[in-house]
Amino acid sequence: MSEVAVIGAVKRYGQVVALGGVDLTFADGEFFGLLGPSGSGKTTLLRAIAGFIDMDAGEIRVDGTDIARIPVHKRNIGMVFQNYALFPHLSVAENIAFGLDVRNVPKGEIRARVGESLDLVRLSGLEGRRPRQLSGGQQQRVALARALVTRPQVLLLDEPLSALDKHLRQEMQVELRRIQRQIGITTIFVTHDQEEALTLSDRVAIFNQGRVVQAGAPREVYERPVNRFAAGFLGEANFLQGKVVEVAGAAARVELASGGQILVPATGLSVGAPVLVALRPEKISIDPAPADAAVAPNRILGKVSAAIFSGSSLTYRVAAGDQTVIVFEQNKSRAPLAEGSAVVLDWPVADNVVVAP
Amino acid sequence: MTPTTRTRWAILGLTGPAYLWLAGTIFLPLTAMLVLSFLDKSPLVPQPASFTLANYQAYFSKSFYWPLTRWSIELGLWVTLFCFLIGYPAAFALAKRVKGRWREAIFLLIVLPFWSNALVRVFSWTMVLRSNGIVDVAVQSVFPGAPTIDLLFSYPAVIIGLVHSYLPYMILTCYIALQAIDDSLIEAGRSLGANRFTTFYRVILPLSLPGIVSGAALIFVPVIGSFMEPRILGGTKGATLGMNIEEQFTVTANWPLGAALSFILLAIVLVIFGILYPVLRRQGGGA
Ligand SMILES: Nc1ncnc2c1ncn2[C@@H]1O[C@H](COP(=O)(O)OP(=O)(O)O)[C@@H](O)[C@H]1O
Ligand SMILES: [Mg+2]
Repeated sequence: MSEVAVIGAVKRYGQVVALGGVDLTFADGEFFGLLGPSGSGKTTLLRAIAGFIDMDAGEIRVDGTDIARIPVHKRNIGMVFQNYALFPHLSVAENIAFGLDVRNVPKGEIRARVGESLDLVRLSGLEGRRPRQLSGGQQQRVALARALVTRPQVLLLDEPLSALDKHLRQEMQVELRRIQRQIGITTIFVTHDQEEALTLSDRVAIFNQGRVVQAGAPREVYERPVNRFAAGFLGEANFLQGKVVEVAGAAARVELASGGQILVPATGLSVGAPVLVALRPEKISIDPAPADAAVAPNRILGKVSAAIFSGSSLTYRVAAGDQTVIVFEQNKSRAPLAEGSAVVLDWPVADNVVVAP
Repeated sequence: MTPTTRTRWAILGLTGPAYLWLAGTIFLPLTAMLVLSFLDKSPLVPQPASFTLANYQAYFSKSFYWPLTRWSIELGLWVTLFCFLIGYPAAFALAKRVKGRWREAIFLLIVLPFWSNALVRVFSWTMVLRSNGIVDVAVQSVFPGAPTIDLLFSYPAVIIGLVHSYLPYMILTCYIALQAIDDSLIEAGRSLGANRFTTFYRVILPLSLPGIVSGAALIFVPVIGSFMEPRILGGTKGATLGMNIEEQFTVTANWPLGAALSFILLAIVLVIFGILYPVLRRQGGGA
């Protein structure tokens, strides 16, 4: 098992900057999710690690050794492709044995290791089938077994679950995590499904336009996004814009452009500074406004402009001045608030996250 | 009408014309030729003909048919082999390396020979291959003292002419097969530790085998019966069974013998494919 370090990776295709200086370290045994919109460079990074493309600048080190000059077939990597890329002319067992076969592993050992791999992905009994005789989920398992049987240093997966339907995808997520834990392989996983990235990963990195916007543990990235893009890409966020009017101790009072005031952590802020605050919709509590409702910091008044019922939860769109605030509420015993009703929103100071624009 | 019978009628209606056409253009003439091959006189002669096996016996009793047959088969094998050796790499480059506009331009150049008359094509080769021809002059101008090169009326001349005529078939069938191989399969092979050669041998070649086989069949069958190219480029050298058959129809007017020899040729082709079929099936099983 190995640590992979990407240092200053740059890759251009003509005018397009696919990787614009990426620095990331994938710790030994870690499950790392690469997340980002389409065209943000995730596949390019994965292919650079695999050795399919030469970077214009930067280094990739596996356990401290630069692997730039090592051709694909001599890098010890396991790769799972989006379309599985199983060899159609070979049986399941032959597909899995391929990597051992080309390394001239003795026949007896190949048979034993193919058997072990089939057990690992729970496909024993299907070794004689051709790939086209398997379901999508089974093909996925074969692809995984084939990539792991050579005991690679790193496992690379490029949107491996995107071709599966929702139910199967969830099942495979659990499987993937179980298998990864069992063998403890450093795993880099590309997905555009944010929920998938959050559930599976030890750490995630958010990509945008060939750069890493933010990297860290899922919870950290979700709770403390660094900028507007990170906050908006991972989950939903309300963005509140304002100006610092007072700094008192650890808190700064911010006058919102849409009216009302909020308190934010004062770190690095001075009076008059413009601030952008990201606020997650589930952090806000929403209640019918009493007749004598008073405004206070982190407490604003508004009107429900839309109430969307989706079973276990409700989504409210609340008009507060010219700002629309989105609020998620668990479907508890109370009857949903009617559209047009006056409401009061409040939330803890700590949930106001100052982000870069 | 139930849907199933309606479907059946639809299938009959849609395929019927094609089957009628095939029956008319292949089955009827072939049957006529089969009958002809058992007659003792040409239908051109006024006397009534009777049935005989003599035409078939002639092939086996006269020793000079065997060398003709052997050369025809050898010619088929050589031409197919060279078409593969030249056509497969070309198809590979076209399918996996060349992109966009260039691909169309090169494709056009490949099918261009199809647009010229076969006879013109073959005769133009005589100008290239004869002594004092284009090849000879070119070689002499580079190596002044070199011996004269006269390839015309030789075995190589026949092979060169036939390869030129049939090469596009191999390129096209291999191109189609290679192009259908997803690049991710090749990358998968490489990521699993196979170098370029091993990936080619273990992944690309087996997956393109169906293309090679159909190209080979499309070339081997007509070449083994060819007569025009061997006559013009081979002259008296390398007479083929095809040439002999043609003579039976056009020179000696012995149609029954010509028909019998044609069916023997057909039988040879069928036997060769019968032998190869199981082998190829096993090899290319996946695709
Ligand atoms: N072979 C290529 N030729 C030209 N441009 C490419 C090539 N591969 C990727 N790109 C460009 O590089 C950028 C990053 O692509 P990619 O890494 O595939 O993004 P992602 O996987 O995040 O969707 C995109 O703008 C894409 O168009
Ligand atoms: Mg991608």
